[in-house]
Order: sequence, then C-alpha cells, then structure tokens
Amino acid sequence: MSDLLAARSQMAISLAFHIIFAIVGIGMPALMVIAEQRWRKTGDGICLDLAKRWARGTAIMFAVGAVSGTVLSFELGLLWPRFMQYAGGIIGMPFSLEGFAFFTEAIFLGVYLYGWNRIGPRAHLAAGVLVAISGALSAIFVVDANAWMNTPAGFRLEHGQIVDVHPLAAMANPAALAETLHMTLAAYASLGMAVAGLHAFLLLRQPTNGFHKRALILALLVGAPAAVLQPISGDIAGRAVADTQPVKLAAMEGEFKTQARAPLRLGGIPDPRAHETRWAIEIPGGLSLIAYHDFNATVRGLDDFPEDRWPPVVIVHLAFQVMVGLGTLLAVIGVWALWDLVRRREFSKRLLIALSIATPLGFICVEAGWTVTEVGRQPWIVTGILRTADAVTPMPGLIVPFVTFSVLYLFLGVIVAYLLYQQVLRSPHPVD
Amino acid sequence: MQIIVAGIAGIALTAYVLMGGADYGGGVWDLLASGPRRAQQRELIAHAIGPIWEANHVWLILIVVLLFTCFPPAFAQLSTVLHIPLTLLLIGIVLRGSAFTFRAYDATHSAVQERWGMIFAIASVLAPVLLGVIVGAIASNGVGNAAATLAESGVEFVPVFVAPWLNAFTLSVGAMTLVLVAFLAATYLTVEAAADRALQDDFRRRAIAAALVLPVIAYGTLLAAEPLAPRVQKMLLHSAVAGPIHLAAMIAGLGAVLALWARRFKLARVAAGGLVVLIIWGWLFAQFPFLIPPTLTIFDAAAPPAILRAFIIAIAVGAGVLIPSLWYLYGVFRRSSG
Repeated sequence: MSDLLAARSQMAISLAFHIIFAIVGIGMPALMVIAEQRWRKTGDGICLDLAKRWARGTAIMFAVGAVSGTVLSFELGLLWPRFMQYAGGIIGMPFSLEGFAFFTEAIFLGVYLYGWNRIGPRAHLAAGVLVAISGALSAIFVVDANAWMNTPAGFRLEHGQIVDVHPLAAMANPAALAETLHMTLAAYASLGMAVAGLHAFLLLRQPTNGFHKRALILALLVGAPAAVLQPISGDIAGRAVADTQPVKLAAMEGEFKTQARAPLRLGGIPDPRAHETRWAIEIPGGLSLIAYHDFNATVRGLDDFPEDRWPPVVIVHLAFQVMVGLGTLLAVIGVWALWDLVRRREFSKRLLIALSIATPLGFICVEAGWTVTEVGRQPWIVTGILRTADAVTPMPGLIVPFVTFSVLYLFLGVIVAYLLYQQVLRSPHPVD
Repeated sequence: MQIIVAGIAGIALTAYVLMGGADYGGGVWDLLASGPRRAQQRELIAHAIGPIWEANHVWLILIVVLLFTCFPPAFAQLSTVLHIPLTLLLIGIVLRGSAFTFRAYDATHSAVQERWGMIFAIASVLAPVLLGVIVGAIASNGVGNAAATLAESGVEFVPVFVAPWLNAFTLSVGAMTLVLVAFLAATYLTVEAAADRALQDDFRRRAIAAALVLPVIAYGTLLAAEPLAPRVQKMLLHSAVAGPIHLAAMIAGLGAVLALWARRFKLARVAAGGLVVLIIWGWLFAQFPFLIPPTLTIFDAAAPPAILRAFIIAIAVGAGVLIPSLWYLYGVFRRSSG
C-alpha cells in the first residue's frame, strides 16, 4: 500500500467513523427535546424516560464524537500538511464557527444532563433546544468547509498562490447550500429511521410494549419527514454538481460520452477501459432531465476530460447507486409509516418488519454519499487547484497509523454499540 | 493583528493547561489512588471532572483551528515533523475521553469499570507527557531545524521525524508537564474535597509532594537544555524578563506550598494557577516573536490580514455567546452543590 493510499484510507476511515457520531449528535437531541416536550405536556412517564435515555445516548455519542472530531482536526494536518498550508486560512473560518457551535452544544448538553432537578422546566427544555440547534449548526459549518474543497471560491490565484481571500465569500461557495441542506436532512432521516427501526424490531418481539411503541412514534416524527424530503434536496444537490463539477457527475452516472438526451442509468458497472457502462437499466433522457430539468440538455461525459482528471469511476458510480437506491427505499418506507401513523394510529406488522429492515439504511446512505462526494473529487483535494498527491505528508510508513487507528475505531465502535443497547434501547420493563 | 491572534492562542493554551491539564492530573491521581480512602479519592476525581470535561477539551481544538487558520505554514511544519508524538497524543486523548465516558455509563460490572479506569488513568499520564514533549521540541529549535532539513535534503526518517522530539530535553519537559498538572489537580481537589477532611488531607499531601518534585525536574530540564537546547537555557538564565519571571514563579510556587500547609486551600488554588500562568507565558515571551524558532516568526507565518480580521471577529462573536453560557453552566452547578 502506498503512503498516499494509506493516508487516504486513514482519512476515509476516520471520517466514516466520525460521521456516525456526528449524525447522532445532530439527530438525537431533536428526539430528546420532542420527548421532553411531550412529557411536559402530557405527563406521560414513558416520554420522560425516553428523554432521559436519549439524553444519555446523546452524551455517549457526543463524547466519542468529540474525540473523533478532535482526531480529524489533527489529521487534516498530520496527513495533509500541504493542503492545510495552502487552504487552512480559508477553511479556518467555518471550522472556527464550528468550534463555537460545538462548544455551545457541549455546555448546554452539560446543563441538560445535570440540570433535571436544578433548573426550571422551561430553562431545561430551552437548553435541550440549544443542544439540538448548535448540533445542527456545527455539522453545517463542517460540511461548508467540505463544500469549499469541492467548489473553491472567495479568492484569486496568482502564480499558483491563493491571494485576496474573502472568508465569507469562500463560505458562500456554489456547493455550500446544496451540500449542507442534503447532509442536515440526511442526519435527521438516518438517525430518526434507525431509532424507529430498532424499536420496531423490539416491538415485533413484544407487541404490547408501550415503551417501544412510544419511542417508535417519536422517532418517526423526526425521521420520516426528513426521509421523505431528502430526495428533493438530493435533486438540488445533483443540479449543483452538474453545474460545478461535471466530471464528478459523469462518474456518478457512469456517463462516458457527451450527449444530449443523456439516459439515467440504474445500476450497471462502468468499465473505464472500454469507456462504457454495462448492465445498467437506462431511462432515455432521464439524466438530462434530472441534471438540467430538460429532456434534451447535453450532459458532458468523462471522455470530455483528460483521463488523469477522472476520479475512480467504478467506486463513485456504485456508491451513488447505493445512496440513491437505498435513499429512495427509505423515503417510501417513510411515507408508508407516516400514512399509518396519521390514518390508523397503529402499525401493521408488515410496516414494523419493513422499518426494522430499514434500520441501517440511512447510515449506509450517508457513508455512500460521502464516498461519492470525496472519491468523486479525486484526484483533487481542492477541485482544480491542489492535487491530493501533492498535499500528503512526506512522513514515510503511513500504513502504521492507518492500521492503528482502524483497530482503535473498531474497538470503540463495538463498545459504543454495547453501551447504547444497555443505556438507551433496552426496555425498562423486560415484559410489559 | 498577528500579536492579537498569537495572544488568543496563548490564552487558549493557558486555559487548556489550567482546566484540561487539571483533568489530566486528576487521571494521574486516579492511577496513583492508594491508602484506605482509595475509592473515595477516585469518586471525588470522577465527580470533579464529570460535568465539564468535554468543554475543557475544546481549548485544544481552538488552538489547532487557530494555528491552521491564522498561521498555516506553522501548522504544516508542526504536523509534519511532530507526526509521531501528535498521533500518540491523539490516541491518548481518544482512549482517555472514551474510557472516562464508558466507565461512567457502563454501570454493570465493577471489574469492567476497573479496566476502563485503568485505561483512563494510563492515558491521562501519557497525554501531558506528550504535550510537554511537543512544547520541548518547539522550544529547542527541533521542529524548525527539522523542517529546514526536510526542505533542503528531503525525507530522512530519524533526523526529521524522531530526533526533534525524542531527547533528554524534550522528555524532561514532558516530565515537568506531568508533575505540573498533577500538582494543579491535587491542589484543585483539596478545594473540591472540602466536605471530607481526611480526603482533603490525602490530596493536600499529594499536592505538596508534587510541588516539591517540581523544582528538581525543572533543574534537570535546565541541565538537559545545555547541550540540547542552548538557546532555551540562555534565555532561561540571562534574558531581561527571566529574573522577574523566575522570582514570581518562585513566589507562586512557595506560596502554593505554604497555603496548602496552612490549609488555605482556595489561596493555594490561586497560587498554583498563577505558577502555571507564569511558566506558560514565560515560555511564550522567551520565544517571542518566534512561533517555531529559530526561523518562523508569527509575522512570517501569519495568514493574510483579511483572514486574521475575520478570525478575530469570529472569536469575539463566539466569546459573546460562550462566556454567558459557561457562566450559566457553572452557575447551575454551584447552585446544586450549595
């Protein structure tokens, strides 16, 4: 394994690990606040219990997310010092704001966790709301920094050097809105649907358990609407990619030839050597319609660009198919669940089975989506400006930290899963 | 403006050592918990760290973000040359934070909790040592020289990536940092233990012991500096500010010990904090205007003014949100402990 590949792998595994905790840090405070609000209004003890459990879940995940986030902020320099030297000043702005949002979240999470009997009900609920808001904001700022890497803006290039930097213009880069919207919704959708799915599974085993039923309803209130809205934000993101990163779009779609009325491909495996994508179901004009809202629009294919600027086409295309496929499935299940909830106030067994199966789907979508946006940007670390290979540290033997951190993350992941089961999921009364 | 930003970095570093450092020190005493009140000692430490450790941690993140935003070339040099100790520090921080949380939430088996406690404590010892090693590597020109070597003659593993931070001087700075945070934590804990005199005495003895070890290690560091960091030694002994700072540090240190002796614990806490502030700012003044001596100053390394300005505004706005929030957090806890 080359040092570059080791560095990329270490970054990938760190991000893949951290994103799970980030999602919970965004989504779970929303659940906790809704549960507390229900309890304050109805006096339902189950809601209070759920609020406390979800607060504990937030605390565990926040703690691990905080350390894995710290690791990432160091790794940016440890693995990509030349990227940071080049761009640190620009992406520093969103990162600073993220730091403050994160700090605010930490403070009010402390108030929330330890303040149940120490502050008034309104103040306590407000603290929870602040945790939820600052959690979402910190994700938005970090994703904004990533959006800048995809569509750099807010500076001029002079002899290869970045000059004339406008930090706010850099934050308002072309991909910023689409990416942050897509990721924020993704966090609510995947966390909400995952919690709903786990309780749906437990409800199947104990159909009369009121605890799991209440938990399921509250989780759906967060997860299902987000899952249903997500395809719309996906459309916005897709058009932004078409406008600003045509190579990435071509790789996502496995589109080699530039053509009008470009087809939308479902599935299929691109063959970069033969310059074609095989075994895909093609919907004529579908890609033109989605990318430009026009059946006859011309979509640029990979052949329009030199091959040394292609990302790894197979990975990007497959990851994109996974994200879109599973995301659509999740949206359908979301509609179904909302329908049952509103119309019948009861859940059919078939829905519960579908929800349980869908438990990990949101998280898989998020991982696949990040694979699309990160691998799809290669060979660049900053699109069109700095190549990943030029940004990596000269330190030899990078496979050692890669393996070390992989083992560490695996170990932490297993323990967190066990703790979450113990502290959050398990019903307080084994047989209700 | 460069000076303002560098000053913010210094303040963040001070806050990190005063608060986060004390958390590390708590972990050290967790490891060294002994005697008949062993369990109570650990409980007190966990209680003192409990509600705020994540908040303390953020100072480190602020330092990192500030460095890469406002001084990108310095950040690149540090993270290139110090790859290995920074990675080890990270592993320590990850294990420490996770183990502490897991120990708190894994309420089932005391044997499992014991194991988490062990990981927490060992990581707590390693992290401050590594922090000290990193500071030592910067102060002794190690990082700056290695970066120059890298630029001139390319990658040589040991001279560039190992030698700058692994020597008697950096290790003794590491040891000094360890004892310093242990002293700080024990002093804080005497205040926390106000309800239990025996427990308070445990930490009083520990604080005094650490304070007595401190000058010994400081002297050792000075000796190690002679061959390995001559510039540091020269500044420690002969620079214009050296005298007053040494004197003030001595007063603070002695004052802390005397206050502990006289059971004036709150006074001791102030004096201990003062000692730490003097040591950190003594170092920062001694190497001013260099960020990474011997060549990179804060003026050479600074990002363009537009970025610095935006950063300072962001910090001001952020502080406007955070300071009242923090004040509220501490208020909530104070109300409950009364």
